[in-house]
Amino acid sequence: MPAVFVVIVVLAAYFLAYRFYSRYLAQKVYMLDKSFETPAHEFEDGVDYVPTNKHVLFGHHFTSVAGAAPIVGPAIAVFWGWLPALLWVTLGTIFAAGVHDMGSLVVSVRNKGQNIGTLTSNVINPRARTLFLIIIFFLLTLVNAVFAVVMAILFEANPGAVIPATLIIPIAIIIGQFAYRGRGPILIPAIIAVAVLYASIPIGQAFPIQVDGLANALGTDTRVVWIVIIFAYTWFASRLPVWLLLQPRDYINSFQLFIALAVIFLGIAVGFDRIVAPAVNTDIPAGSPSVFPFLFITIACGAISGFHSLVASGTSSKQLENEEDARYVGYMGAVGEGSLALGSLLACTAGIGAFAAWSESYADFGTASDGAVGNFTQGVGSFASNLGIPEAMGVIFAAVVVITFAGTTMDTGIRLQRYIIQEIGEIVNVRPLTRNITLTTTVGVLIPMGLALYPGGGGEPGSFAFGSLWRLFGTTNQLTAGLALTVVAVWVFTRNRNPLAQIVPLTFLLAMTTYALFLQLGQFFNEGEWLLLVVDAIIFILAVWLIIEAIAAFNRARGVRGRAGRGASPE
Amino acid sequence: MSPGLRDLYNRINELNEEFLVSKWRSGLQKEANRQQDALMAMLFLEALGVPNPTSYYALSLYPEFVESFHQWHRRMGMETFPEAGFCC
Repeated sequence: MPAVFVVIVVLAAYFLAYRFYSRYLAQKVYMLDKSFETPAHEFEDGVDYVPTNKHVLFGHHFTSVAGAAPIVGPAIAVFWGWLPALLWVTLGTIFAAGVHDMGSLVVSVRNKGQNIGTLTSNVINPRARTLFLIIIFFLLTLVNAVFAVVMAILFEANPGAVIPATLIIPIAIIIGQFAYRGRGPILIPAIIAVAVLYASIPIGQAFPIQVDGLANALGTDTRVVWIVIIFAYTWFASRLPVWLLLQPRDYINSFQLFIALAVIFLGIAVGFDRIVAPAVNTDIPAGSPSVFPFLFITIACGAISGFHSLVASGTSSKQLENEEDARYVGYMGAVGEGSLALGSLLACTAGIGAFAAWSESYADFGTASDGAVGNFTQGVGSFASNLGIPEAMGVIFAAVVVITFAGTTMDTGIRLQRYIIQEIGEIVNVRPLTRNITLTTTVGVLIPMGLALYPGGGGEPGSFAFGSLWRLFGTTNQLTAGLALTVVAVWVFTRNRNPLAQIVPLTFLLAMTTYALFLQLGQFFNEGEWLLLVVDAIIFILAVWLIIEAIAAFNRARGVRGRAGRGASPE
Repeated sequence: MSPGLRDLYNRINELNEEFLVSKWRSGLQKEANRQQDALMAMLFLEALGVPNPTSYYALSLYPEFVESFHQWHRRMGMETFPEAGFCC
């Protein structure tokens, strides 16, 4: 089937969902009110609370939530065939992610712009905040571990990407200096910067950088060397002021996101590539993870992701100019990420070449996981060639996009992890963890580095464990989404409105995640993967704890609703 | 460039500048405050009774920072400055 048909059908479904379902949510469930004074106006301080143009806020929200994760998840999940992944990406975006992202934004706006951690404490109970902190700790640990491996895989496979991916650092610093020294509008210099970045791709191709010599001298694998280099870089980058590197690089990444989406969808439309992967893969080797429930944790970002609630309640809610903008910013942000996931899915099923190439790349789950980002870059390279760009350059372009997205996420992730470690340090009363920024950064780097270097059973360091680590990362992401959906559902329920739009995805998500964690316990035990077994067991306990808190919160909410009587609203 | 196009270009630039800072405004302000706090401490520690050898050399900067002094001591958790007549 031509991939462009799939694009048309899915984008039409997204359009209809935005037009009708998000309107239902806005009018009947969240009851958005144009006259409600948003926190951006009520607490306007020019720093955190600033009324912002809805298109700008959408750009900010979308580029914050869309990164490397919605690319990698679908690129692995097409192992089960393109249809299950496509259905989950489409239906998940429409009925789960849109509801979750828009709901997190609205509940935060209705609660003075509080973040989801504080809302968890207020809406569920104070104990749930500890649960939230622990889930976020594991989420950040695993996201840093898997993204380091993703970057290492790409550097290994694309030595030509090393120079462009490194060059973005001085380019971003120069752009940042230009912006803060007030040298005029930043748009044209930023476009020139992106052009310089892509112009360096042929230089990178001409001078590929490999670390094989260093790896041989140290008697280790090249991937290990790359992982250590990446974490060393992240340690230093996360200590730099935000304005020096993180902010301008994130700004350049926003341009890259839109360029990548344009290359993928224009390439599909022009080239009329056909999907070569089977709709449902019936040739799955024995012992592979089953589509139920593992599909739903392999694709988190791109279908539903708890990380979005952190962005929605952390910054977006404080800048929402008008409550009705929540529909556009929240729901459309989810749709945007779903579109990126769709692009990744098609790159790995239509851009990959012939069926033989696909079946070789997806021979088993380990190969599929390890080769996922490579398949994506290959697919984008093929789409780029439809537009007249040499395929090899297109591959490096895609690698640079994923590497810079992952690098920025890791930089942010280590910074956030520092705060979480400090907060945990306060709870357990370990003073050095609350005060010493060097110590918290080092702890925040060493834990995910240990996981990223965990060799697994595949022989090659990092290779086997990556698939398992990715699934564990998906479970923590889904638990964060579960926590946010519980908060939103309880909030809706206590206001005598219909909470089915939240309860259905919440129940499905918790059931699939808990079932997957349970199955993995057995798998890790049988394979003797003791470290992964311990991590899985802890996350499983967190999932059970979350289910208990959710049921208890609904029981309490039923009491509140009963006392208030039907039709009454606590507001 | 025609006036209409120039207006459009200026509007795009405005939105782009807003996009550049909107995500990071809070983090940037916090970092600016941290730097400002370090500078204010260097300038005014002596006013709080802490001996500071650099105070003499920084005297000429005092007039530039008198206005932000009040915000600084409040940010440091001191609602009113104890030295009568010095600030508030």
